[in-house]
Amino acid sequence: MTMISSLTDVRLAAALLVAGAVACGGSSSDSADAASDQAQTGSGSDELTAFQLEHGIGPVTEVVEVGALDPAMAQTGEEIFAMKCSSCHKIDERYVGPALGEIAQQRSATFIMNMILNPKEMYERHPETKALLAEYLSFMPDQNVTPDEARAIVEYLRSAAPGDAE
Amino acid sequence: MIRTTKFAMGLAAGVVTLLVAGCGGGTPIGGNGDAASAVYVAPGDYDEFYFFTSGGFSGQLGVYGLPSGRLLKQVPIFSQWAENGWGYTEETKAMLETSYGFVPWGDSHHPELSQTDGVIDGRWLFINENNTPRIARIDLTTFETAEIIEIPNSAGNHASPFVTQNTEYTVAATRFSVPTPQADVPIDSYKENFSGMLSFVKVADNGRMNIAFQILVPGYNYDLSHSGKGPSHGWSFFTSYNSEQANTLLEVNASQNDKDYIAAVNWMRAEECVANGQGERWASNYVHNYFNDQHIAVSDMENGTTVITPATCSDMVYYLPTPKSPHGVDVDPSGLLIAAGGKLAAVIPVHSFTKMITAIENEDFIGEVEGIPILRYESIIAGEVQNPGLGPLHTEFDGKGYAYTSAFISSEIVKWSLETFEVVDRIPAYYSIGHLSIPGGDTREPWGKWVIALNKVTKDRYLPTGPELAHSAQLIDISGDKMRLLLDFPTVGEPHYAQALPASLIKDKQVQIYPIEDNHHPRATKREADARVEREGRNVRVYMTTIRTHFVPDNIEGIQVGDSVFFHVTNLEQDWDVPHGFAITGANTSELLLMPGETRTLVWVPKRIGVYPFYCTDFCSALHQEMQGYARVSPRGSSVPISFNTP
Repeated sequence: MTMISSLTDVRLAAALLVAGAVACGGSSSDSADAASDQAQTGSGSDELTAFQLEHGIGPVTEVVEVGALDPAMAQTGEEIFAMKCSSCHKIDERYVGPALGEIAQQRSATFIMNMILNPKEMYERHPETKALLAEYLSFMPDQNVTPDEARAIVEYLRSAAPGDAE
Repeated sequence: MIRTTKFAMGLAAGVVTLLVAGCGGGTPIGGNGDAASAVYVAPGDYDEFYFFTSGGFSGQLGVYGLPSGRLLKQVPIFSQWAENGWGYTEETKAMLETSYGFVPWGDSHHPELSQTDGVIDGRWLFINENNTPRIARIDLTTFETAEIIEIPNSAGNHASPFVTQNTEYTVAATRFSVPTPQADVPIDSYKENFSGMLSFVKVADNGRMNIAFQILVPGYNYDLSHSGKGPSHGWSFFTSYNSEQANTLLEVNASQNDKDYIAAVNWMRAEECVANGQGERWASNYVHNYFNDQHIAVSDMENGTTVITPATCSDMVYYLPTPKSPHGVDVDPSGLLIAAGGKLAAVIPVHSFTKMITAIENEDFIGEVEGIPILRYESIIAGEVQNPGLGPLHTEFDGKGYAYTSAFISSEIVKWSLETFEVVDRIPAYYSIGHLSIPGGDTREPWGKWVIALNKVTKDRYLPTGPELAHSAQLIDISGDKMRLLLDFPTVGEPHYAQALPASLIKDKQVQIYPIEDNHHPRATKREADARVEREGRNVRVYMTTIRTHFVPDNIEGIQVGDSVFFHVTNLEQDWDVPHGFAITGANTSELLLMPGETRTLVWVPKRIGVYPFYCTDFCSALHQEMQGYARVSPRGSSVPISFNTP
């Protein structure tokens, strides 16, 4: 009997607690602000700048000028590519992700680097990256690459062309 | 469209917040006011503290958030853990090696966070194993057990692993005295042949443990410990019971004496004696397990410890008479008061460190046991807390002048003043509280927000689950004059002891991935192009990679019945929170669970011909269901050659 009555008391008290708590408020603004901040950052419908549309969104915020092909850098890039990219990308055929033989002609070096370095935000905000996701249905993961390494990968991709891959 | 949805979610979150925002005027549950808001952590928000609970007979460690009581993780330590392959994989099973061979289960007891200058520093957590004496060190950047050291010449490692003020040492002691070194003697020759051992394990700057010395002491049951701090730095205190030296029916026969002893150990003096060559080298075999720089657990068979005795090293150990069968021994934040949980005593005796030193200087002794002077109780006592509840066990401190002692039999926490030794508040625990924990409550600087009751009996507090019920913790607010129960939450195994630290100390130091460049595992496959299968006699080695969302290779032929197939699987992912799993039909072991950049090995011995699927067990992407492969098993002696596919 004691058990039953104490359970009832607890339920009643819980109901009253909710009712009582509704009335006061006052300390809710911080959390509400935080919630709306999250809504904004995750919205994905914000306007991109012309730079972002052409060169992507990420840590590379100035156009990376590429000059004559640097074979040594391309060699470094190829080694990183083999470890961190080749599980999903081939040069001359579609695999998990797109073939990359012509990517260096299709996209700016800056765009490629931002895509490598900041894939999550690119998928959230960049219309062309979103379109790629719709086509390939796999997110390109962040592979923990440094900006210098991303630059070297670009150099490798510049050096690679369909048919040249190992 | 998207914006509307997000806005609606934001609005909803705001409403929820409004609903739960406390104002202190609500109708109380049992007088608890806005308990709900005090423990509410909104979805997506973090808890303020990490709370580490002993897993008890699970052998592991529970990690919870406070104040919510949400279970965040179980860290496997002393028991095999099939969920992630701990103790099953080739890379981790050495962690469970002992001088008795592979021991797949342990009884973890007391989590103890490392300290610097008597304050929790967030480097490591130590925890002891009672059954096959061991101490483990958990790395708080990976929440992985980094090292386990066996304690030789000991039995029932209970008074452990409490650290000294700067984590110079973590300690171990004998709860069940035994012939030391072990010998085939009649059990009833206990008084003649049984001893205890107090072990000091040095902790290097990189955390590596090493048994520095062991102190051979009379054959009592050494139960709990704490080290001195501030003025008492350099001393460690161990409770003992069974000064009667009974070897049967201890519940009666070890409860005869009015007082047992706290052993006060001057470990700086012990260091001197060891340095002076007063120790004796014993041929003690024990095993020391740790990860090498390839992130593979290795076991060193160690031989020899340095043993010193109070008779040969004077001024090292003193006995403080303490009523009655004391359990906990707890040093207050000032380092000057030593409270004992005399579990059969009518009072809580509180010894004075200052008086203890004076008594030692005055040689105010009432006797001696095996070279250990026994101090006069009346000369060292600072005060006795009257009416402390029945069965006082453990005490923690809030840093604001109060102590909180758990009382098992009367199932309550009593709060008492360190100045007057008077009880000022008490609150029931549901039920049968053992340890209790205040964040930093055994250090020089406690965070005196809550005390957490760690209860042995749960009875009717949760939905019933058959004969076995969860143990539980209860979060109690101690910020005001009166203790206030906020929350119950069930715990894993038996939460003997627990410690907490502010999340800000460690949350930004968490390792997210293992860089693939730094993977030095000798059988790692760091690029798909290197994936392969090789036969070495009756062993087949599969060098396999995983990435969202495929294995390479994923078709393997040429395996024969009875081969040992080593799947050396490397997770090429470099993104946080993207583990892959690996399992294959009929494997007589656990799955693999591979963190990004990690290599782990499963050994499969196929028993029947056929084609067997393997697959990823940890949901990893939209195409996770496609992450699978096949291994073909041919008869013994088959001519099917080893073959495998690569992209």
